[in-house]
Amino acid sequence: MKRTERAESSAAESSAVATDGAGVDWRGSASSSVTVTREERLREFYEENILKPMLVAWSDSRTRLGLLIIGFYVSLALVAVFGLWREPSTSQAPRYLTLFENMQYPLGTTASGTDLAALIIHSTPDILLMVTSGGLWATGIAVLVGTVAGYKGGSVGRVLMSVSDFVMAIPGLPLVMILAITFNPKNPILLGIVININYWAGLGRSIHSQVLTIRENNYVEASRTMGVSTPRIILKDVIPNIMPYVTVNFVFAARYVVFASIGLFFLGVLPYSDQNWGVTLNFAYNGGALFSWSAAHWLLVPMAAIIGLSVGLILLGQGMDRVFNPRVRTRLTGESESTASADEKDTGMTEGL
Amino acid sequence: MSNYYVRRTARVFATIFAVATLTFGLIRLLPGGPFTQLRAQLLRQGVPASEVDARISNLQNINPNAPLWRQYLDYMGAVAQGNFGESISLGEPVAQVIAEAVPWTVFVVLVSTILMFAVGIFLGSLQAYWEGSRFDKAFSGLSIGLMSVPFYVVAVISLYVFAYQWGWLPTAGTVGTNVEKELSVPFVLSALEHSLLPIFSYTLGGIGGQALAMRGNSIQVLGNDYVRVARLRGLADRRIATRYVARNAILPMYTGFLLLLGFRLSGTVILEQIFSYTGLGYYMFAALKANDYPLMMATFLVITVALIVGVYIADLTYSKIDPRISAGGSDEAY
Repeated sequence: MKRTERAESSAAESSAVATDGAGVDWRGSASSSVTVTREERLREFYEENILKPMLVAWSDSRTRLGLLIIGFYVSLALVAVFGLWREPSTSQAPRYLTLFENMQYPLGTTASGTDLAALIIHSTPDILLMVTSGGLWATGIAVLVGTVAGYKGGSVGRVLMSVSDFVMAIPGLPLVMILAITFNPKNPILLGIVININYWAGLGRSIHSQVLTIRENNYVEASRTMGVSTPRIILKDVIPNIMPYVTVNFVFAARYVVFASIGLFFLGVLPYSDQNWGVTLNFAYNGGALFSWSAAHWLLVPMAAIIGLSVGLILLGQGMDRVFNPRVRTRLTGESESTASADEKDTGMTEGL
Repeated sequence: MSNYYVRRTARVFATIFAVATLTFGLIRLLPGGPFTQLRAQLLRQGVPASEVDARISNLQNINPNAPLWRQYLDYMGAVAQGNFGESISLGEPVAQVIAEAVPWTVFVVLVSTILMFAVGIFLGSLQAYWEGSRFDKAFSGLSIGLMSVPFYVVAVISLYVFAYQWGWLPTAGTVGTNVEKELSVPFVLSALEHSLLPIFSYTLGGIGGQALAMRGNSIQVLGNDYVRVARLRGLADRRIATRYVARNAILPMYTGFLLLLGFRLSGTVILEQIFSYTGLGYYMFAALKANDYPLMMATFLVITVALIVGVYIADLTYSKIDPRISAGGSDEAY
């Protein structure tokens, strides 16, 4: 039973590919496409777009570790959202407890007797929101501008590249500082976008130069001569080629948000009504934690939180590469002609990308 | 061809013009407007109310009572002449403050970025060459570790260890306080000593990313047919390594290099603050804190112009290095 199901779904899949490509049903028998129910289509969609990428991602140790780390931060955020850990407040504990000195306050306390673990945990939800919104903003705009400009070329490309040149010409952190003072954004989602307000330009530009070489490829030319519409070529031929690059850069953009925001919070430029690791770092730094060992943990704990999150992001980005690598994906469908030995070789290759 | 260069050069000036306009707009967007704050500040400093307007127009090269278009023209005209007015907090001409700050920032950013690329490319190509070896695995892990540490964390920790604890290196400034500002051996030595920590902390974190990028590019190139053909032709290993692999692997990183220079230029706002290193970023931040609009906008503008020039150079030279990209003028539109 299971076997026939799979055979059917794979047949439907190949028909879908064929019709996608040229608008011709290659199998010629319309009967089986009628028998595909909505439930089967949903399952197929699930397998194709969720299960398989997850399996590929999970098979890579880096992604696995990255996902675990990000999962840990997400669970911290959940702990904060559901109020499973006490809110940070001054004089809630003895002052200057060090790491694991008192298991009630495992990460120690600050000069004002605030629970450091509470500071870290209750900062997490906002930071995750900020990071996600900043990353999505930067990569989304970059892909849009980069692919359209690179593929269309001509005056459209020139205009788009001039715009991104202009945006790119504005230095990031100083601009964010001025914007932060001018508009005083407090919403973490908005803050993420403000911090990456012009990050997309550089990324869009390098996507543009990649698309310039991709559009010279045979299959793109083939699609073009077949009269496939431009948005479709960009979507089906160009974007899959840059997807590994884009995912990796999503992670870089997210990491940039972490670094920049916490750096600016650390300097005391961004408005802080809420807790943030950077604010903790700032208080620790100005509170002289640098100069005495008894308070060093106050500085080191937020640093560890930052580094941990960015390790997770980077590992995830490195591993995500494989999810979008078409060669690795086809192998998972089980229909690939590649043998075990070819598998081995492929893995080695993709690891490097 | 030459037409393209003319167009590209014109675009540089257009961009600078647009950014200068933007700074003008930003000054006017600031909460309460610059003039209300300036006025309050001057009055607090004991400047007689009758003189305040004159002082403001002197400080910013703008007459606060003139219509907006007039203010704009005055501002742009002054900027074009390199006249940024007078710094409110420092009481010196802004141009002079900037002229003294620029060399330090450029020095630190340039040296650290070049170091970062050199070390990264070297490590990355070794990793690619010995792909899958223990060395490769160890350094890939290390690279990811390095990428995860923000430079200001390195800066704070190294400042603590090397300057405050061990006292090997100075804790602040660009040169020693008792060193004459002239080109002499003690001056250069002192300057190097002071720049060591900023450069170190600004380089270390970047190495990992460059090494990983170079490693990936090299492995991709190594898998190409033309490298195999070169081997079959019996070309010397060194020729293959430099002409075939290195060249094609470094190429994609080249535009990244000049863009990164710009990114890193703005990162100095944080870096120089930690080391009290009186470069552009330091003054930008100081100006921001002191509501010193003329200085703030001028530093902003200078960092911007540096970035624009970087991208311009990248654009002009990229086609020279990569023959696959027909020099910018590829007008064929699809």
